[in-house]
Order: sequence, then structure tokens, then C-alpha cells
Amino acid sequence: MGLKQNLHSFKMKNKDKKWLPAFNALFTFLYTPNETTHNGTHIKAADDLKRTMNTVILALVPCLIFGIFNAGYQHYLALGEIEAANGFLGASFWTLDNLLVGAATVLPLVVVSYGVGLAVEFVFAVIKGHEVEEGYLVTGMLVPLIVPVDIPLWMLAVAVVFGVVIGKEVFGGTGMNILNPALTIRAFLFFAYPTWMSGDKVWVHGAVERAGTPDAISGETLLGAYAQNSSLAGIDYWDMFWGLIPGSVGETSKFLIIIGAAFLIFTKIGSWRIILSTLIGALTMGLIFNGVVELGWIGESSKFYGLMTVPFWQHLIIGSILFGAVYMATDPVTASQTNKGKWIYGFLIGFISIMIRVFNPAYPEGVFLAILLMNVFAPTIDHYVVQGNVKRRLKRVKVKAA
Amino acid sequence: MSKDIRIKKGLDIKLVGEAEKTTENAIISNTFTIRPEDFHSITPKLVAKEGTKVKAGETLFYNKENEDMKFVSPVSGEVTEIQRGPKRRIDGIKINADKEQTYLEHGKFDVNADAETLKAHLLAAGCWPFIKQRPYDVVANPNKTPRDIFISGYASAPLAADLDYVLAGKEAELQAALTAIAKLTEGNVHVAIPKNGNSVFANLNDITTHKVAGPHPSGNVGTLINKVAPVNKGEVVWTLNAQDLVIIGELLLTGRFNAERIVALAGSSVKKPRYFKTKIGAEVSTMIYDNGVEKDGNDRIISGNVLSGKEVKPDGNLDYYSNVITIIPEGDDYEFFGWNKPVFDKVSNTRALTFSWLAPNKKYDLDTNTNGEHRAFVLTGNYEQVFPLDIYPLQILKACMYKDLDEMEALGMYEVAPEDFALTEFVCVSKQPHQKIIREGLDLMLKEIG
Repeated sequence: MGLKQNLHSFKMKNKDKKWLPAFNALFTFLYTPNETTHNGTHIKAADDLKRTMNTVILALVPCLIFGIFNAGYQHYLALGEIEAANGFLGASFWTLDNLLVGAATVLPLVVVSYGVGLAVEFVFAVIKGHEVEEGYLVTGMLVPLIVPVDIPLWMLAVAVVFGVVIGKEVFGGTGMNILNPALTIRAFLFFAYPTWMSGDKVWVHGAVERAGTPDAISGETLLGAYAQNSSLAGIDYWDMFWGLIPGSVGETSKFLIIIGAAFLIFTKIGSWRIILSTLIGALTMGLIFNGVVELGWIGESSKFYGLMTVPFWQHLIIGSILFGAVYMATDPVTASQTNKGKWIYGFLIGFISIMIRVFNPAYPEGVFLAILLMNVFAPTIDHYVVQGNVKRRLKRVKVKAA
Repeated sequence: MSKDIRIKKGLDIKLVGEAEKTTENAIISNTFTIRPEDFHSITPKLVAKEGTKVKAGETLFYNKENEDMKFVSPVSGEVTEIQRGPKRRIDGIKINADKEQTYLEHGKFDVNADAETLKAHLLAAGCWPFIKQRPYDVVANPNKTPRDIFISGYASAPLAADLDYVLAGKEAELQAALTAIAKLTEGNVHVAIPKNGNSVFANLNDITTHKVAGPHPSGNVGTLINKVAPVNKGEVVWTLNAQDLVIIGELLLTGRFNAERIVALAGSSVKKPRYFKTKIGAEVSTMIYDNGVEKDGNDRIISGNVLSGKEVKPDGNLDYYSNVITIIPEGDDYEFFGWNKPVFDKVSNTRALTFSWLAPNKKYDLDTNTNGEHRAFVLTGNYEQVFPLDIYPLQILKACMYKDLDEMEALGMYEVAPEDFALTEFVCVSKQPHQKIIREGLDLMLKEIG
């Protein structure tokens, strides 16, 4: 009783203070508020936005934990200090050493992402006098998972400030933004620091500082390799599926992403329509490219050959298309809002992702660009879907009149 | 003729405290209050000043826009108080009831009279306010002829009064009323009846019945309209509550305005939920304390159902259109980690660590807590799961919020009433007041377009 009462009287005493939203944000983390309904429905469903966001975070936690181990694993593997793990439960993967190195590199990313992002949110909430909204809870978790392991923390901090302010707050905060804030952050990183982000060093911890020294190790991703018509040695499809490959922190394990997707769909938080249609779109584009190669239109000398020949289904287990489809494309604020629109929106994301992946080797990961592009077009898609309903209504009148 | 309507989208919220099918006579209320706010958009012009003696059925006030539209007293007695709000707006007209009730006698109505005479009779006798119209969900405009008339004979809302029970034995009145109002429309009188069970409407004439099945809002009149023949621009349809037909029928048969109504007292705070025979405008305190709620309990008293009823105080009164009083506990308390711990005792249409999907038949004891704070619209697709009408709920709500009249019209604003958005409001993760948004949107259209 004590804590609850104290917090309540503190809130009552400082009702008029400008900084109260900041306090409330912390208070409502401990206790759901004592607000009651007024007129309208007198009862309300159990879910609130915090619960919804929390569900998404729960679905991301396995990816984060795996990402931590993988960061350590890739580091030691590149240094040649450990054997390659065989399969998801490989002995050299789930080790304390991997955990320690991984935690030391990944956790600072999480801390910076949440610390900077929430600080911006709090400042805006206090300035604008509204409650701190929950949107950043998910964004803050996504950001560390979609950046390279060795990104400098200051870079991340700058990008987060940019992403939250320009990507969200200028539009009016959570629920009003056009672009997915997490992807805005990643896009900012890519375009502001291209040498870092598209380089072949940052994806494995320790590769940057060793570059140019006799101890140099490769920090390249699979996609980067494919784009140069080569491949990374010693990686088979199962490694890709389990996620034992270099890449962004949390995007590598397709297995855990599928589990996360299943959880999101089961809880009805993530839109299965978007997830499914994105995958269908990606497979369609992959098939088209495979067909083009088969017809002999593209020769081995072409710089697109490497990625075009990737069998269509493999597109799903390389790169971050699966992660994008499950966690990013489904962001309800920036996705299409109508059910029919969601099918179109998802399909185009998958389709364009693979197209960018193949045709633009400078940015081998096309998913985030495709999602941002479709974010912009989502309202247009919705407009035409809703017009269908409007036309049906007008037709009804005409039938009557005739 | 009978057509079946089956809806899939919707949500049955099963609550503790359904009224048992026994009827008691409520303690006769000393005072009755009629509140003009029950008749949305009507500006009252007072006739019965303080101190006037009225008979049951005598005019209290009329509609400023239309002098013929009378609003009458449910009982005979003395007008003791005119409660006024800001700008001398009339908030309530309080009547001290006589011990012996006397009625204003209109005489038995000639069943062969034409539509105009009938209309004039209903207006003068105070039965007109029972007829509402769409668009705008307001008291019907008597100068327009409705395309069709819709009545729901099936209450699917949580803890609603069972219409078959409260209407039992009233077939004669119902038939008289239905035959009469059928004359007022060029179209049909459509009545929704439950697919299972014997509805009193099943054997009545002059109506088209539709068997409805599925979760709430299958019994809402808005759902019936949308599935049978949606309201188009320029058209008007009328809706009536099944129970009010009894009052209209009795007026036609006996010439008296008898405001008697069987009301369900329900809700988890009620010790012994059951039915009461009482009158429109009766003080709720005459019903709620006998085997009902504790005097000093922290409860919410609602005139109407939990989804679209009106909050009243114990000394408040039964409103003009309600046939249920629901009492549920207030939820003005904090809940530790309420936002992330698994929830077993609340209803939800997601499965985000909420487990109401495990026990679809469990009855819940819900309180009035909002379970979270008000936010901007974020989630999409969850309203559609509980909204059976062929309308985009999120888009129309947003159109109402930014007051774009053209868009509101295009998206189907003429077809809806606030109660159609009760379930989307219930499931709303952002805790937005959907019914209020729609009501304000309708008011704006009424003002701008008319």
C-alpha cells in the first residue's frame, strides 16, 4: 500500500507541474493508472498500448540474446580461436566467452538507444504537455538489432536523435509518423556514414581496429559477398537459418525470427497479412530473377549475376528480409491501415526489397529502403482501398435512382 | 417472409450478474425526472412551470422546432423543480408523483385512420420521441417519410434485458403499434429476432422478420439496417425500441400514455439481479438497494447497458430509452504492473498475455478502470474484428476528428449511430472515446447539412 499511496499523493501534489508527464511515465510503468471510464463504454478491454508494445519486445528478446552470443561467436571465429559451431546448439556457440564479448559490445548499443531515445521522448512530452507515449519502447529495442556490431556509440546516438525528432516528433509523436522511426535511424546511418555502414569491416566485432594490421580479419556479410559474385567460405544454408553468420546484431537468426513471428501472429499483435504477403512478394521477385538467369539474358560477366542466381527461396534466409517483414513492415502506424491494403503493401515491400538487393550492390540490404518507400505509399494504397468502399456506397444510391 | 442474418465479426462480452427472470414491483418512486438531454438535439420549450399539476400523459414541454412534438409526463403529480444548467438550459423536470394516478384520456384510436391522423396523434400524445431516425440518431423528423422502419427484437448487448421475457404477454399492444407504424412508411417494418428461441415477434403481422445470429452487435438495430438495406444519402429510416412499442400500443388501444416498463437490474455489484416493473423517469434508488448494492459501495450505476449507457447517481433516474440498469464496481485504483503481467480476469480480443480466449464461456466481473491511458490511434485492424458493418471504422473516426464533412459522408456517416461503435471503443488499445467522436461528428453534420 505504502508505495502506491506515496506515489499517488506525489502525483496529486504536483498536478500542475510541467514535468509531471515525466513522472507519470515512470509511475505508469509500475502501476496502471486509476483512471476510470466516463460516458461511452463503461468497461474497457484489458489491453493498452504498453501491453501491445511489450508483446513486441517479448518477441524481440530471443533475437537480442542470440545476437549477443553471435557477436562474441563471430568475433572469436574470425580470430580463429574457436571451431565453427555445428547447428543451433553447437558447443562453441553458447559459451560464456561469447556471452561476455557479446554483452560488452551489444548492451552498450541497447543502453545508448534507449537512453538517448527516451530522453528525447521525455523532453518532447514535457514541452508539449502530453504523456510519454510508448512508441519508442519498440523502436529502442529494434535499433540495436539492426545496426552493425561495431558501430561507434556516438554515431548511434546522433542517429537516434535524428530518427526520433525528424522521424516521429515533428509529425506529432507516436501514431502520427509517416516513416518507421527505427528504419529512419538506420537510413540516417547508412547515408550519413556510408563508409562505415556499407564497409566490409563493421559486421564482426574487432574487425575495424585490426584492419590494415597483420591480424586483420574479415568483417563482411554474406550479402556483401554475394554482391561481389563471391561467397563466404564455410557457411551452409543451415548456418544461415540458425543465424551463425555475420550481420546486424539481431537479424541473423531466421529460426528465432520465425518463432517471434509466430508469437506476434498468435497474440494478434502483428499483422499476419503483412508478414505473409511480404514473403510472397520476395519469393515472386526471386523467381523472376531466377527465370531471367535461366533464359540466359544475364551472363556471368554481369555484376548482378551473383545475386540473381541465388535460388529464390534462399533470399529469405540471407540478409534481413525476414526480420524486416516480421518486425518492421508490421509497424501499424506506418503500414497500410486497411486489411486489403496490407496485402498490397506487404507484397510490394517483398518485391522491391529483392529488386534493390539485386540491382544496387552499394546497399545490398534493400529491405529497409523498400519498407521506407512503402511507408510513404501506404496512405495512397489505403486511399484507393477506402475509395472502393466509397464507390460501393455511391453505386447503391445510383441503383436506387435508376 | 424471413431472411437470416449471420454475422461473424463482433464480441460477446460475458459478464457476471445477469438478471434472473423474476419480476418485482419496484417501490413506487416519489419523484420522477425527465431529462431533455435524453432527446438529443431537441431544444425544449417548457409548458409545465414549477407548481403545475399534471396528469400522466400531459405535456411537460415541446420541441422548439416543431410545436406539435410533445414530451409528456410519465406520471400524474406536481412539477416541483425545474433543474437548470448554464445559460438556463433545462436539465431536468422533477415531478412529485400522486398517490392515486390519473391519466390524460385520449380515447381509443380508430385503427382505420390514415397516416396523417396517426402521426398527429402520436405527436400530441407524447409517443413520438420513441421514434428515432437515421441519419444522425436523433428523434425522428415527422415531416419526412421513412424509407423503412427497423426494430430489434433481440438484445445482444452484455447484461441486456431479455426482450422475450419483458415483452411476454404484450402481443396485443405490440401488434397494435406495429400495424400503426407500418402505415407511416412506404417500405417495410423490419424486425430482428434471435435465431434460437421463440420471439414474441415471430407470430406478429405487418412486419418482415429477420433471424439474426452471431456475437454482439448482432442484435443492434444498426447491424440490422446495414445488413438489410443501408441508409443512402437522402434517405431516412426510423428505428424504435421493442419495449417502447408496448407504450405506443397501449396508447392506441386504451387511450392512455402508460410509461410502465419492465427493467432489468443487472451487474456484478448487484446481490440479486432481477427484473423490476417501474416507470420511465423513476429514481434508480427505488430499485438498487433492496437486495442490490451496498449503500456506501464504490459502484458505477448505469442507466442502460455497460457499453453505451449513461452514468447516473443513486438519486438519478431511469432515462427515457433504457430498459436496464447495470451496476458494476468502480475501478479507480492502481494496479501493480498491470500492463505487463498475464491477465486472466479481464476480457480482451487479443492474446497479448491476456487469456480470455482460453475460456470463451467464462463470465467476467469487469470494473470501470480504463486499463491504460489515452493515446493516439496506433493499432490497426483490431476494430474490424468486432465491427460487422460495411464501413471502415478507423477511417470514419479519423474523418470525424478532423471534421471533414465530405469524407464523413463518403465513408458512411449517414448509416451509423454512436452505439455501433461501442465495441470498437471497448477493444480500443488507445482508449479513444469512439462513441463521443461519432456523436460529435453526427452533430456537426446535423448542424451543417441538416
